[in-house]
Amino acid sequence: MNRHEKLMELPTQRQPVKFYQTGTFTVGNRLLPENLRSVQADIGRTNSLNSGHRACQGCGEALGARYAIDAAMRATDNQLVAVNATGCLEVFSTPYPETSWQIPWIHSLFGNAAAVASGVAAAQRVRGRPHVRVVAQGGDGGTTDIGFGCLSGMFERNDDVLYICYDNEAYMNTGVQRSSATPPGARTATTPALGREPGNVSGTGKNVPLIAMAHRIPYVATASVANLHDLELKVTTAMEFHGARYIHIHVPCPLGWGSLPADTIRIARLAVESGLFPLFEARDGHVSARTPIRRKVAVDEYLKLQKRFAHLFASPAGRERIALIQATADRNIEEFGLLEDEATRG
Amino acid sequence: MDKPFAITLDVGSSLANKTGSWRAQRPLYVDRLPPCNNACPAGENIQHWLYHAESGDYEAAWRALVVDNPLPAIMGRVCYHPCEGACNRGQLDAAVGINSVERFLGDEALHRGWKFDPPAPSSGKKVLVVGAGPSGLSAAYHLRRMGHAVKIVEAGPMAGGMMRFGIPKYRLPRDVLDGEVARIVDLGVELELGRKVSDIHKAMQAEGCTAAFLAVGAHIAKRAYIPAGEAARMLDAVSVLRGMEGDDKPMLGRRVVVYGGGNTALDVARTAKRLGATESIIVYRRTREKMPAHDFEVEEALQEGVLIKWLSTIKNMGDEGTLTVEKMELDDKGFPQPTGEIETLAADSLVLALGQDVDLSLLENVPGLEIKGGVVQVGANMMTGFPGLFAGGDMVPSERTVTVAVGHGKKAARHIDAWLRGTAYVAPPKHEIAAFDKLNAWYYADAPKTVRPMLDLARRTSTFDEVVSGLNETNALFEARRCLSCGNCFECDNCYGVCPDNSVIKLGPGKRFEFNYDYCKGCGICVSECPCGAIMMVPETN
Repeated sequence: MNRHEKLMELPTQRQPVKFYQTGTFTVGNRLLPENLRSVQADIGRTNSLNSGHRACQGCGEALGARYAIDAAMRATDNQLVAVNATGCLEVFSTPYPETSWQIPWIHSLFGNAAAVASGVAAAQRVRGRPHVRVVAQGGDGGTTDIGFGCLSGMFERNDDVLYICYDNEAYMNTGVQRSSATPPGARTATTPALGREPGNVSGTGKNVPLIAMAHRIPYVATASVANLHDLELKVTTAMEFHGARYIHIHVPCPLGWGSLPADTIRIARLAVESGLFPLFEARDGHVSARTPIRRKVAVDEYLKLQKRFAHLFASPAGRERIALIQATADRNIEEFGLLEDEATRG
Repeated sequence: MDKPFAITLDVGSSLANKTGSWRAQRPLYVDRLPPCNNACPAGENIQHWLYHAESGDYEAAWRALVVDNPLPAIMGRVCYHPCEGACNRGQLDAAVGINSVERFLGDEALHRGWKFDPPAPSSGKKVLVVGAGPSGLSAAYHLRRMGHAVKIVEAGPMAGGMMRFGIPKYRLPRDVLDGEVARIVDLGVELELGRKVSDIHKAMQAEGCTAAFLAVGAHIAKRAYIPAGEAARMLDAVSVLRGMEGDDKPMLGRRVVVYGGGNTALDVARTAKRLGATESIIVYRRTREKMPAHDFEVEEALQEGVLIKWLSTIKNMGDEGTLTVEKMELDDKGFPQPTGEIETLAADSLVLALGQDVDLSLLENVPGLEIKGGVVQVGANMMTGFPGLFAGGDMVPSERTVTVAVGHGKKAARHIDAWLRGTAYVAPPKHEIAAFDKLNAWYYADAPKTVRPMLDLARRTSTFDEVVSGLNETNALFEARRCLSCGNCFECDNCYGVCPDNSVIKLGPGKRFEFNYDYCKGCGICVSECPCGAIMMVPETN
């Protein structure tokens, strides 16, 4: 039984002996065997992204980056190099000459992280160190807009890189400008809540995980800072493969979303539970697993905690757009089968 | 300068950047008061002993339990568990079966022969306890553990008080009672049976005690005037239940009517069924909602075939065993008023279960006592108007349950101990209650309550076997793990994991966590995501 299967056994109501109070919902759990606790519960975790970084209070990206890179460090026995695109993560972690990174880390340009990572991976191969693995990481701007060409090239060549996108749905460190990952209706500096259709356009969107799948790369997954065990499982699984891999992590941004810093994980959880951010895995271009919704909520629950959507609640036209957002969530639930019984997972 | 091209500074760590200076509010670890603990009349630290039970360390759980209550196997059977009524889990699915886990721990202790921790070194002081009921036993136990010599004087032939002479065997088997009493005696408590203290003053002098705890209970049945023919068989509930302890069981006949609406009335009606009555009828003047008896006992009695006539009073009893019963109706204020509508009921015997009074004869020569409503008045420290004389249990104003009595014993013991030392016991301030809105219930796995198996109905009405049986190890563990640990850290590692700034330091198993305020930015995610509400935010003062 691998770790994935073991995790899926917990928690269960049918076998009382296997009831563990909080199961794997919490970060750790003193009642669980050590090997079933998360990397983040480990007193000796790497803390790849160290204290003293300049991320805002309650930053979801700082949290997601530590979750993901710590898990990748454990999975590779600490033989890991990270390549970073420009963005919040790069800016807040490495103001010259300080760094928060406790792993080998390189930054080049905004748009070329995937290409640089391909090069680092090639260099490791040439130097006879195939056990040194490469992770590229960036925000949604550096991934879905500016770095998109390089990313697609890395996928198409099937270079041996895990690319992680921390999606906070806009260009945050430059002052909250919209990106191709900004959701419909959201207010940003460049999509103000003005006019007939306030906020971001209700367009057709750009779903990079699905685009990654269209490249038929070996592994694609989505994850959320609200589900740590699921996130760590996906990073760990990704490191079992060689070739191009992609993980898209949903990371709330209190500054850009107009939410309370204390609500970061709550908001990420509501995005998952409403169906707006489906959690799934895909192998060789096909969805192979999805993480079911535990307690379904309406999208209102998610939207109303964020000032960037406040205008939608202020007018009948806004209400209509909320209905569209709800329809998107419902379609996700339908398409990915997010309400199936947990037992059918995998 | 041997740095590479265009590099002028050494690489530094971001640890130089103390982001804690950004903070306007700081998180603090707190221990809030779980609602169960707050509701427990015996002052048990329920969350704490469940914590040990969760990890399967039942002995540690039992030891934590008996710090407050020496009678867990009894409690696990007869306590009306107000803790479960207050349990936050009740708002999720169903309250944690605290009472059933307590019983499991109590039975486990009797089964494995666990002994109490030895008493503190001798204080050289001696305390007289009058009455070996729950209150007296509890006080004796606590005083003995504090290092005092204790002597209990009991008027009855056996220890236990109302636990033995009031509670039927099908609710409390006597081997359990005997086992828990013996363990207290083993601690070095002297127990003298069959001696009624007639003058408390003299008794204290004779034993060389400057302090005494009175807990004689309330054993005198209240009477009501019901005109009855000479051949009518009328008894009181106390003597019926007491008679069950002897060899000659009370003769109640085939048709038994019990008058009253308290738990004692139910105990008698259920006992009558077991003694072979074909009809066991309770007559009560008000409605089921107004009945002082606990609802689950009413339910169990009804299941066993006990009939209850609501809104009825008994006018008189004729020679032929005929009761005249008048129907009542509730007025606007909820009081029963006669309707004049009369019916008759056949009965071989009528048992009055109208409450009990206290035998206060031993207090006749004590000055300074205040007696109101037939019970002895005590201060907040359980002391009567006479210095050094403390009282508790059914003889003081109380709800008259075993658990309240045990709580009185503990409370009195603390004050007696302080009084003997010439000081006053000051209870530590209570923590803020860990209300449901302080929790993040998302993190708890779904788990319905384990219902204790009930004795098959047929056996229940014909034998005195215990009605409710206990949990086994597997489901006791399951039940313990349903605890939400309200207000008290249970080391789930959430705060350690969810901090974006790594400013929670994990100290290792059993040692909990601390904040690194050098880097904590005060975002409050740890507070939001703490399942049990053991962290709070407070404003920074400077």
